[in-house]
Amino acid sequence: SHLHVLTISRITSFFSFGQSAEIDVVLTDAETRKKAEHKTEDGKKDKYFLFYDGETVAGKVNVTLKNPGKRLEHQGIKIEFVGQIELYYDRGNHHEFVSLVKDLARPGELTQSQTFDFEFTHVEKPYESYTGQNVKLRYFLRATVSRRLNDISKEMDIVVHTLSTYPELNSSIKMEVGIEDCLHIEFEYNKSKYHLKDVIVGKIYFLLVRIKIKHMEIDIIKRETTGTGPSVYHENDTIAKYEIMDGAPVRGESIPIRLFLAGYEMTPTMRDINKKFSVRYYLNLVLIDEEERRYFKQQEITLWRKGDVVRKSMSSQATIGAQRFEGSVSSESALEKAAREDSA
Amino acid sequence: MSDPTVADTRRLNSKPQDLTDAYGPPSNFLEIDVYDPQTVGVGRNRFTTYEVRMRTNLPIFKLKDSIVRRRYSDFEWLKNELERDSKIVVPPLPGKALKRQLPFRGDEGIFEEAFIEERRVGLEQFINRIAGHPLAQNERCLHMFLQDESLDRNYIPGKVQPSSDPEARCA
Repeated sequence: SHLHVLTISRITSFFSFGQSAEIDVVLTDAETRKKAEHKTEDGKKDKYFLFYDGETVAGKVNVTLKNPGKRLEHQGIKIEFVGQIELYYDRGNHHEFVSLVKDLARPGELTQSQTFDFEFTHVEKPYESYTGQNVKLRYFLRATVSRRLNDISKEMDIVVHTLSTYPELNSSIKMEVGIEDCLHIEFEYNKSKYHLKDVIVGKIYFLLVRIKIKHMEIDIIKRETTGTGPSVYHENDTIAKYEIMDGAPVRGESIPIRLFLAGYEMTPTMRDINKKFSVRYYLNLVLIDEEERRYFKQQEITLWRKGDVVRKSMSSQATIGAQRFEGSVSSESALEKAAREDSA
Repeated sequence: MSDPTVADTRRLNSKPQDLTDAYGPPSNFLEIDVYDPQTVGVGRNRFTTYEVRMRTNLPIFKLKDSIVRRRYSDFEWLKNELERDSKIVVPPLPGKALKRQLPFRGDEGIFEEAFIEERRVGLEQFINRIAGHPLAQNERCLHMFLQDESLDRNYIPGKVQPSSDPEARCA
C-alpha cells in the first residue's frame, strides 16, 4: 500500500478519486499573431496576444490527464471569451460586457488526454484593454472542466487595442487667458485630437507680463475617473513635465512648443466606458514666477490610437474612411480585411 | 500637405515682436528695500523702525517711488490682515524673539546689531514676496503699508480696483 503524503495537491487528487488534469489554451495563429506589451496590476510589463475589434478568436484546448490510464469524470468542458471591468474597490463585482461560451464536451468522462477545437467568430471587442489605478478592463479566454467538487480551469489574457483614423474635424486650441493687469497670454496648440505618436505643435504668445517669470512648462496629466453619482473618484497622474521656457519673457515674445508624444506611456482617451470609468488627458500649461508661485491653464486633449499598418489600396481606404472617429468598426476590422486583400 | 498620414508640424504663425518691446524697460519692475534701522525711545519703551522704500512701474501702485518707516509690529499687522482677507499663503515673518526681550540678558537683547540685521533681511524678503503676488496687490492693507505715511489700524479693509491704465489693454 502507498503512504499518502497529505500535501495540498494530494488532497485534491484524494477528493477527485485519484485523477486530475492540466488544461492549456493554444491559439491557432500563435505563430503569426503580434503580441503587445501591457502593464499588470503590480506594475510589471508582460506581453500578450493582440486582437482588434471584430477579429475571430480561435484555437485549441488541450486537456492532459495527469495520471494516464485513470479516467477523468467531469460535468462538462467549455471555453468562454470574457470582456470585463473590475473596480478595485469593489472586487467581488465583475462587470462583464462581453460573455461568449462554447461547450466543448457534454458531461461524461475522459479516458485519455484530448484536444478540443474552438472558434469565436468575429467577436465584438468594443473597448481597449486597460489597467489603471482603480480599475481594470481585460479580455480573456477561460477553459473549464467542471467537476462535482472543484473545477479545473485556465485563463489566458489577451490585449485589445481600439483603432481610430484621422478625424475629419480637428480644430486647434487657441485661447487668451491671464490675470487682470498682471499676465496675459495667448496659447495655441495645433490640434485638439492627437494620436499616440503625434507631435503637439504650438506656441505661447505673451501679451502682457508684469510678474517675474522664472520658467514655463507643459505637463501632461492623465485623469482616471471611476464611480458614478455621489461617489465619483478622480485619480490624477502627471505623465510628463516638459520645460518649454527658461527665463523671463517680455511682452511680444513668442515661445514655441514641440512636444513628441511617442516617448510617453499613454492610452487613448476613454470616455464613460460601459458607464463605469473614464480616462482623459489634459495639457497643463504652467508658469512659475520667482517666488515659486504657479499660474496654470489646463486644457483637455483627445488621444487616439492609429493603426500601425497604412494601406494605400482604394477599398481599404474607403473602409477606413467609413470608421467613425470615436468608435471602432463593429464587424470585421478594416485592417484584417486589408491584410487579407494584400495577401490574396 | 494634406496627407492625413503625416502629422501637421508646420510652424504656426506668430506676431513678430516690435523693437520697443524688445529693448524697452521691463513692465514688471518692483523693488522694495528694508534698510536704515533706527532705535527710538528710551529704556523699556525703545523700539526699532526700518525704512521701507518701494520702487515700481506696476500700474496698480499709485506711487512709483515711496518711502515709509515701519516697525516689526506693523509687519505683523500686515501679515494678519492678509491672512484674514486674501487668498494667498502668507510667507513667514522672521521670529518674534520673545526670549531676547526677557530681563537679565548679558547682551542688548532685541537691540543687538547682529539681531537687527538678521531681522532686517527677513523683513525685506517677506515684503518682497508678498508685494509681488497679484492677489496681495488687490488688498488695501498692502497699499497702506507700503505707501501711506502711517498705518490707520481703524481702516476699512477692502480691495483695490486695478487702474484703467492704457498699458493694461491687450495688444
